[in-house]
Amino acid sequence: MDLKIGADQPTDDERDAVDALLGDPTSSWQGGERMVADRHMARGAGTRVQRHQLLPSLHAVNDRVGWISPGAVNYLATRLDIAPAEVYGVATFYGLFSTTERVGPQLHVCVDLACQIAGVTPADVHATGGHESPCLGLCERAPARMLVTPGLLPRVTVTPDPPVAAAIPHAGDPSLVLLARVGVVDPESLESYRAHGGYKALPKAVAMGPAAVIDQVTASGLAGRGGAAFPTGRKWSAVASQPVTTHHLICNGDESEPGTFKDRVIMEGDPFALIEAITIAAFATGCRQGWIYLRGEYPLARRRLTNAIAQGQAAGLLGHNIIGAGFDFDLQVFLGAGAYICGEETAIFNSIEGFRGEPRNKPPFPVEVGLFGMPTLVNNVETLVNVLPIVLDGGAAYAAIGVGPSTGWKLFCLSGAVARPGVYEVRFGVTLRQLIELAGGVPAGRTLRAVLIGGAAGSFVTPDELDVVLTTESARAAGLSLGSGVVMVLDDTVDLVAFVRRIAAFFRDESCGQCVPCRVGTVRQEEVLVRLESGRGLAGDRQLLADIGQVMRDASICALGQTAPIAIESALAKLGVLS
Amino acid sequence: MVGLATVFGAGGGTSSYQEIEDTDVIVLWGSNAREAHPIFFHHILKGVHNGAKLFVVDPRRTASAQWADLWLGNNVGTDVALSNTIAREIIHAGLAHTDFIARGTSGFEEYAASVEGWTLQRGSDVTGVPVDAIVEIAHSFAKAGRAQMCWTLGITEHHNGVDNVLSLINLALLCGHVGRWGSGLNPLRGQNNVQGGGDMGAIPNRLAGFQDILDPAVRAKFESAWGVDIQPKYGWHLTQMFEAMARGELRAVYAIGENPAQSEADKQHAIHLLQSLDHLVVQDIFLTKTAELADVVLPGSASWCESEGTVTNSERRVQRCRKALDPPGGARDDIEIILDICRRLGKEFHYGEGPRQVAEAVWNEVRSLSPMHAGMSYQRIEELGGIQWPCPSDTELEPSYLHHRLWADNPADRGQPAPFSVVIDDPPVDTLSDEFPLRLTTGRRLDSYNTGVQSGGFQSPLRWGESIDVSPEDAERLELVDGETVAITSRRGSILAPVRIDRSLRPGLVFMTFHFPDEVDTNILTIEANDPKSGTAEFKATAVRLDKVPASEPAWT
Repeated sequence: MDLKIGADQPTDDERDAVDALLGDPTSSWQGGERMVADRHMARGAGTRVQRHQLLPSLHAVNDRVGWISPGAVNYLATRLDIAPAEVYGVATFYGLFSTTERVGPQLHVCVDLACQIAGVTPADVHATGGHESPCLGLCERAPARMLVTPGLLPRVTVTPDPPVAAAIPHAGDPSLVLLARVGVVDPESLESYRAHGGYKALPKAVAMGPAAVIDQVTASGLAGRGGAAFPTGRKWSAVASQPVTTHHLICNGDESEPGTFKDRVIMEGDPFALIEAITIAAFATGCRQGWIYLRGEYPLARRRLTNAIAQGQAAGLLGHNIIGAGFDFDLQVFLGAGAYICGEETAIFNSIEGFRGEPRNKPPFPVEVGLFGMPTLVNNVETLVNVLPIVLDGGAAYAAIGVGPSTGWKLFCLSGAVARPGVYEVRFGVTLRQLIELAGGVPAGRTLRAVLIGGAAGSFVTPDELDVVLTTESARAAGLSLGSGVVMVLDDTVDLVAFVRRIAAFFRDESCGQCVPCRVGTVRQEEVLVRLESGRGLAGDRQLLADIGQVMRDASICALGQTAPIAIESALAKLGVLS
Repeated sequence: MVGLATVFGAGGGTSSYQEIEDTDVIVLWGSNAREAHPIFFHHILKGVHNGAKLFVVDPRRTASAQWADLWLGNNVGTDVALSNTIAREIIHAGLAHTDFIARGTSGFEEYAASVEGWTLQRGSDVTGVPVDAIVEIAHSFAKAGRAQMCWTLGITEHHNGVDNVLSLINLALLCGHVGRWGSGLNPLRGQNNVQGGGDMGAIPNRLAGFQDILDPAVRAKFESAWGVDIQPKYGWHLTQMFEAMARGELRAVYAIGENPAQSEADKQHAIHLLQSLDHLVVQDIFLTKTAELADVVLPGSASWCESEGTVTNSERRVQRCRKALDPPGGARDDIEIILDICRRLGKEFHYGEGPRQVAEAVWNEVRSLSPMHAGMSYQRIEELGGIQWPCPSDTELEPSYLHHRLWADNPADRGQPAPFSVVIDDPPVDTLSDEFPLRLTTGRRLDSYNTGVQSGGFQSPLRWGESIDVSPEDAERLELVDGETVAITSRRGSILAPVRIDRSLRPGLVFMTFHFPDEVDTNILTIEANDPKSGTAEFKATAVRLDKVPASEPAWT
């Protein structure tokens, strides 16, 4: 790839796929026929107004023909006024794209933690002719796979494919709040959503006014559910107080932490609720543009959210002068393409803006300088749906639920060796043991060996630590992080060494490569593990592992590098792996 | 520089970099800054990101033009025609800044009369630029609260380069876009210290600080400081020196950091003249082609790392540079070399011991002689991270832009008004004909620097060597394919180069660089038609034809 447009030409299919998204080129400078009228003038500034179309354009090509050819790279570079090298750089960043030729449907077989517990090995994958895939977010139904069939009408299907409610063992339980409608409401019908209590919170929020909504969210004690547990009210008021416009809102639906699937369940099962909550957040913080950044591996969530947005727009619940209240808010789904790092909030900005999804340094923080350099509110899906009960019942009522500063409800993703894997909604305050019992405990005849809390970026808990209370504070006191609510149970049949090595491989694969501690550290970490496993460990390897971990924690730009050594260190220290 | 010095009395860009980032309209005229001035282009991009509208005027749709809101692809050598047409449109639309014209300028009536014939249609016919585009740039520039006019060699490397510059200055005067924060006129500079060279008097008619050498008071000041007599006459600029060599009047040359054997237009002629000198001394950090011709070569030091002193950038900011390394082998600090030559010539100067002390003492002498540098002590330059001239005071700083005097309320403070210049459209000397039907223009690429002396020593993945860039239409008509070697012939000579098909060119326009003189000697083709005022040659407009050559011919000769 080069900085200059090369000789390779796009095929008709590739050209058509791009033109269908971007419209026909208006001049030869945008890839059209060379015309006399173009010889002495060009309108443009294409790059700065269109670069955010790069990832959607790559999707369009990949969906149509299955890969990104050099001719397609050239055409995209011409259409968007970007150097081909930049197009190539972005195309190769994402796991779902290929710049080498692929023919026909592509099978992505999950080899990540929950599916590994279910017995999948990389050898199985190659036997089926598929690609190894990181976690597909289908852990409750492991093992899982995804089939991408390119074409004029591309199809993405996952297997197994049970109804959404199958992921919620307690679906329909009247005590549920966040998950109350999943499996009950028709997720494709606005009317059904209204019939089940939908769109009551938005008018109430509008009547309260933006400041009062933020006050209630602050009073509720709601903290972010994406992993960092930042107070939501503080984030909202920070964005609301920025004098610079346009404010952007990003709903982070790039749920890629291995073992996490709670957001998927909400987006698939109750999409209107998420959109109502997003609209309230936008109203409160003065956001004009909204984006749901959705991971590319969630085809059903994409369909349902897109449908819900369209119905909302038609009903005056999105767009101009929403519910006649005089505020405008546009919302769209922006599809990722297979990159764990794009769940990092600043990586989302780069991804949407059409750059490689590499995290940015902070400060400046997103509330000041975020998407397109503008103040940006980034909230996780689960965080946002908590806003509905807060608006309806008040912040004080919400704060009364839970334990101490951990207020409200929390979704946990139970997977691995439990009888009933799935998403569990609990009030903050349950213990790990209670949660595992809620999921039916370890299957009969097996014994619990360890529990991974928080996903690949989390840490292990031993059988004698099951009475830890799963609040942000208690977990922290016990040296844990709840992260995205992953509770993955490992029984005595699990090969712990292979499991730990998979975690190392995952981080090595998913490191964006931008900063040295993470790029080099994740590789070295895996190498040491492989050496130790094969019995060829060198003197000082354990110290090396500890040193690498320290450097990654201290010096990585983002949380990926900072958390990459945690699970591995806890496995070695607490579970005696490789000792 | 000549154009700016003519109008304003000082030859320097009028704005600071920060103002480029804080303006409403940026016009980049005859400049592919994205490749040729990439650092300056970052400031432009910041301006663009801050909301400025960018216009690029260039016959080629360059990498810079890709960033433009509007690209105006005028025919080569029609810059005056375009500028005059824009001016007439501004005047007729009632958008001229009448207050500023009355207050800070002179000669408007004659100027307005001189552009009256440039109707939109005539301008469009001559330049090739559609009427709509001319109207748009005219109105945007005139209506902008702040606007920057920036240019480079696409303006100056013509036989009428100074007129081209004057025509752009006219537009700024017409709209009041000079002497204010965010509005200004900025020639982009190719070397880190080309501004500093002129400031220090390395021009034929001025002593340090742009002080006229014909002014007896100025001469007296320097004579008493140096203890020598200064001749009360202007010297020669580079082109005049070569003319003087041709006449046999100039017999000895001392060249410091210049490589005229490769950078002059019509270089075979230049080499011949250098060879016929009685004595040629070259002081350089490389053994350049010119140095190979020299009787004496004095290895100098790399100023950015091997010597102490100052450099001055395009925004007139004087900055310290510090010595980190000793020069290799027998190479010496340039000041030392010059002082030694002075001693051999019978004049001793004493500036102290050690490079730092010597450099600072020389600088303090500059401060004592050049009022615009008077307030810039080393200590102050270091504290402030560089200081822009003029800086006459030890305690105060002037605004970051020049010529604010033109806006002063009190006529006494305004000084000499800035004159409009009547400039006449004057097409390139090397006319197109049936025999030479293609217009060759030359320029630079991101990966290389001038004649390649400094950039040829390292590999760049971007570099493909010299090529003759041809539009797809011309390539098809001439049955040329990418990479094919072709003969390029002008009225002066013929060379071979591989063809590169470039969609950014329109039919009739071809492009080359001069980065690889050892392989492809582009300046064999270019014309030695010099601007009488600046001495700059018309590198930008040559008439050529392309001929297929038998496949057996090697690509490089």
